[in-house]
Amino acid sequence: MAQEHKLAIFRGRWKFKSNIQKIWGVLILLSLITAVEVVLGIIKPSSLVHSHFLGMKLLNWIFIILTLVKAYYIAWDFMHLRDEKTSLRRIIVWTPVFLISYIIFIMLFEADYIYNILKDSFIAWNF
Amino acid sequence: MDSTVTTVAEENVWGGGNNKPLGASYGKMMIWFFIVSDSLTFAGFLVAYGFARFKFADSWIIADEVFTHVPFFHGSYPMYYVAFMTFVLIISSVTMVLAVDAGHRMDKKKTTWYMFLTVLGGLVFIGSQAWEWATFIKGDYGALETKGGRIIQFQAADSGERLALKDFAKAIPGERVDHERKNGIWYYEEKALPSYSLNEVIEGAKADPNVVVRVEQLTEKGEKTVLSREDSLKKLDEAVMVVEGANLIHNEYGNRLFADLFFFITGFHGFHVSMGIMLNIIVFFNVLLGTYEKRGHYEMVEKVGLYWHFVDLVWVFVFTFFYLV
Repeated sequence: MAQEHKLAIFRGRWKFKSNIQKIWGVLILLSLITAVEVVLGIIKPSSLVHSHFLGMKLLNWIFIILTLVKAYYIAWDFMHLRDEKTSLRRIIVWTPVFLISYIIFIMLFEADYIYNILKDSFIAWNF
Repeated sequence: MDSTVTTVAEENVWGGGNNKPLGASYGKMMIWFFIVSDSLTFAGFLVAYGFARFKFADSWIIADEVFTHVPFFHGSYPMYYVAFMTFVLIISSVTMVLAVDAGHRMDKKKTTWYMFLTVLGGLVFIGSQAWEWATFIKGDYGALETKGGRIIQFQAADSGERLALKDFAKAIPGERVDHERKNGIWYYEEKALPSYSLNEVIEGAKADPNVVVRVEQLTEKGEKTVLSREDSLKKLDEAVMVVEGANLIHNEYGNRLFADLFFFITGFHGFHVSMGIMLNIIVFFNVLLGTYEKRGHYEMVEKVGLYWHFVDLVWVFVFTFFYLV
């Protein structure tokens, strides 16, 4: 790690005095996001469950986006990616992001295809 | 070319020499390589889960019906326990990052304490995981399995509450006993018999007009389909065995792939946590013995910290895809 810590999150909107304060700030943020997820998971507001976007429930989109936000803060502040050189950070982040997006795309498309085969073709599986 | 050739040949070669490409030391670069490749492995597993789920999109398990238990409490509390586990792991990540920070300031005492707390958090997490597994393996209500491997569950027609097998199964005296190894001519034994035989469950369900069947198929609203009493009786004829709890072959909660992937992915993650705890213990003792004090820097704490945060990062995704979505 570079000896200097970058002490601001939210693009500089929330500044901390020391690295330790920043750690606690990020903890509060992560706990809040988890709490929101858990509350939504328990209540399951029907407006979010029954509306869909790109074939997935709105609620599930919210969960996935909140998860990515959590992942961002874990990687950027706990794993100090914020303090690393930009080139190293890009190598670490963009390689998996590209590969994982690709495998998600092909596998889920294939799964949806199989789902339709099971549903519409003359294959007995649900007996 | 200077940046690619190791010009310093003396000491410290094991550490990669004094070159620091991209501002990262050899050891840090390697742990990052490991984390990137390991994240691809986990991504592969989670995508496999997504594959199974999309394939059986209209009959998949509802996670809220599976993980409903909290230790020492009866009743149905979905989400609370796993939220606690997530929180424990995040806290232990925070103590880890505090240990790294203390290490940077060469504060041996604080680093020791924070490493100790991190190990503690890891142990609490892995214990909770074990409890979660045990509850899942033991099962709740029990169910029947059809020839095609589909699951038939039961509920009360009037209240809509789930029924356990013991609530309605008829006791039909002694037709079948567990075959034990000591009674056999050959050196084999069978798996423990379920609490009720198939016949007892079916007879019990037929005798009680309040028992109806719920199948795996989801309704429009995303709930399990409940059959009418007549259809329920017809469905019972398709059953071939009693299932209690979950394992890699049978799963009373629904699609067996859910159990397979649950054991595999949370197991692989739990394995990572166990390894992380061991590494943390080793580093803890090294801090205590002053190894890093002598070395002049606490970079090892940072490297093991990166691994520990990665384990936390993976859990964030496992939590979302197994329990929330």
